Amino acid sequence: MTTQTAPPEATTKHERRKIDDGVLRNLGLVGVLVLLIVVGIITKPDLYSDPTWVKNNFLTILQQASAIGVVTVGMTFVIIGGGIDLSVGAIIALAGVWATTLATQSYGAGGMIFTALIVGIAVGLVNGVLISYGKLVPFIATLAMLVAARGLAAQISGKQTQISANSTINSLASERLLGIPLLVWILALVVAAGWVLLNRTTFGRRTVAVGGNPEAARLAGINVKRHHMLLYALSGLCCGIAAIMLTSQATSAQAAMANLYELDAIAAAIIGGTLLSGGRGTIVGALFGVLVFSTITNLFAINNLSTEVQNMVKGAIIVAAVLIQQFRYRSFTQLFKR
Amino acid sequence: MSALSRRRILFGGAAVGAGALLTACTSNEPETNAQVNTNTGTSANPNAAAGQKVIIGFSAPAADHGWIAAITTNAKAQAAVYPDVEFRAVESGTDAAAQRAAIATLIAQKPTVIVMLPADGKELDSTGLEAMKAGIPVINLDRAFPSRAAYRLQIKGDNYGMGLAAGHYIGEQLKAKGVTNPIIGEIPGIDSLELTQERTQGFNTALAEYGFKVANRRPAEFTADSGQAAATALLQALPKMDALWNHDDDQGIGVLAAIKQTNRSEFFMVGGAGSKLAIDAITKDDSVLKATVTYSPSMASSAISLARLIGQGKGMSDLVELQVPQEITLASETITKDNAAKYAKLGF
Repeated sequence: MTTQTAPPEATTKHERRKIDDGVLRNLGLVGVLVLLIVVGIITKPDLYSDPTWVKNNFLTILQQASAIGVVTVGMTFVIIGGGIDLSVGAIIALAGVWATTLATQSYGAGGMIFTALIVGIAVGLVNGVLISYGKLVPFIATLAMLVAARGLAAQISGKQTQISANSTINSLASERLLGIPLLVWILALVVAAGWVLLNRTTFGRRTVAVGGNPEAARLAGINVKRHHMLLYALSGLCCGIAAIMLTSQATSAQAAMANLYELDAIAAAIIGGTLLSGGRGTIVGALFGVLVFSTITNLFAINNLSTEVQNMVKGAIIVAAVLIQQFRYRSFTQLFKR
Repeated sequence: MSALSRRRILFGGAAVGAGALLTACTSNEPETNAQVNTNTGTSANPNAAAGQKVIIGFSAPAADHGWIAAITTNAKAQAAVYPDVEFRAVESGTDAAAQRAAIATLIAQKPTVIVMLPADGKELDSTGLEAMKAGIPVINLDRAFPSRAAYRLQIKGDNYGMGLAAGHYIGEQLKAKGVTNPIIGEIPGIDSLELTQERTQGFNTALAEYGFKVANRRPAEFTADSGQAAATALLQALPKMDALWNHDDDQGIGVLAAIKQTNRSEFFMVGGAGSKLAIDAITKDDSVLKATVTYSPSMASSAISLARLIGQGKGMSDLVELQVPQEITLASETITKDNAAKYAKLGF
């Protein structure tokens, strides 16, 4: 219907503007990041005057963003595909706990990593099958998985914190490659792979298509159900990777770990410009979203401000980001009407 | 078609194989370290002599934390020591509503005594009253009921005292080292809980006696991964630190990991609760963790012993009174390398 009212030349203009729009939004997020760092410099000049501290601080911000960043990449795919995954935190907990049982640990680092990844993919597949073939609404299916996976994790762990005795796994969080923490390299690899997958492969184009208009995608010959299922498996895989990262950071895993990661991942994807209704979103934007949150945490920590205020600021940033999105769209439509 | 089915067989086979391997990987038999009062020689302790049969109903929230898990383990283990005690635990869910329902079924079974660790003392106050009205004495474990009539005995830990103990230890150590203007960090647990606020109050009060105060405070959530995140932020904010108090040894696993990952060792750390891992680390003395202040789940074992005495109408043999007192608050003790051996059996 909208295509009928909009003149053809406007559509091409709109296309062009949409590309600019993505770049603009990323620039906006970079602006927010710079602003947060400037506030840090103004409020804590003594800390920022030490170059070693500053370098370490940026690496810390990146390192603390790495596990949630990996989860957000998977979440961005699911949301672009028109779904939502509320179970990511629970999948991390289940994969982490499963990978750190005494039996799994006896197989060494390889066994632990294999277990975490397989558990992540398997739980993601269960989500996908329930949603695609069981016709459950994604919100309900993954909400049920959130509860069930944490329950299973508590069952396996006997409600105890499971210590990782594997020095290879534990050293992932402390080792550096070319001066950059390994976890940050993992994040970079996942983001790069996610970017290529979304922007340079048929899988990525199909993701956008099934999210934007599933019926049109189906008529175009895409197996929409199977594609949705694969998206949840992809999100599960990201959770498996994050479970290993988090386990190495905490040198342990437990059923309550990665608490509320689903909300952080969704929020980061949204402020990165991913449309909650699906069909549009960027990996780079999502990464910036994660970095904004990580930088806020850092800024509040160095100023010893309470986490309550920090959560309020986080909430305000999410609302502001969505309002700006809506405002842009409204002003565009008004532009076309004139 | 044949290519497709071959692919399916391949994937199917891989899935079944992975599944079988994973199921094998859930086997998990972590050692449990129950804290039990074994002073049951009847010559030394006349109260230990088998008496009238006591049925003890037990309810604690489903454990999501090592401490609560230890509470349940301890209660069960202590009850098993007495031949005249029958132990009936009810599955009590994770919130107040579920526990209320669980206790209603427990009251209907008419146990002699009920030992209850409420999910929330205020929310389960009326349930305590109900049981007392039904003529069943209630032992209120740790999280206090506001109404005096809702319990026969209240036995609890001392959160404020824990903060005081941590503050005094840190104050004394720094004074001995001659540090005049120390930088002190604090990593509490979930900040909205009353118990966290009490611990922090006690800590600040004790530090104030030495003229010290906390330089930075980053709350975690009683989990190791949140402890790691909070500690990383704290260490970044304080490039130099003299002392650190972490409220909880479970989240302390993550705190210690973060300290190791950042290669920091210029300060000393005090833990909280008194887990087995923390006591081991203090004994070995190979990390910044030098002490921990207790908040011991051994109170569950004591609650069972006292529930038995109440059920049999006996008093505590060292006291003059013929009945068990109404309120017992455990003292928070400071475990250091010097006394760690003595406390090793109390670690959970």
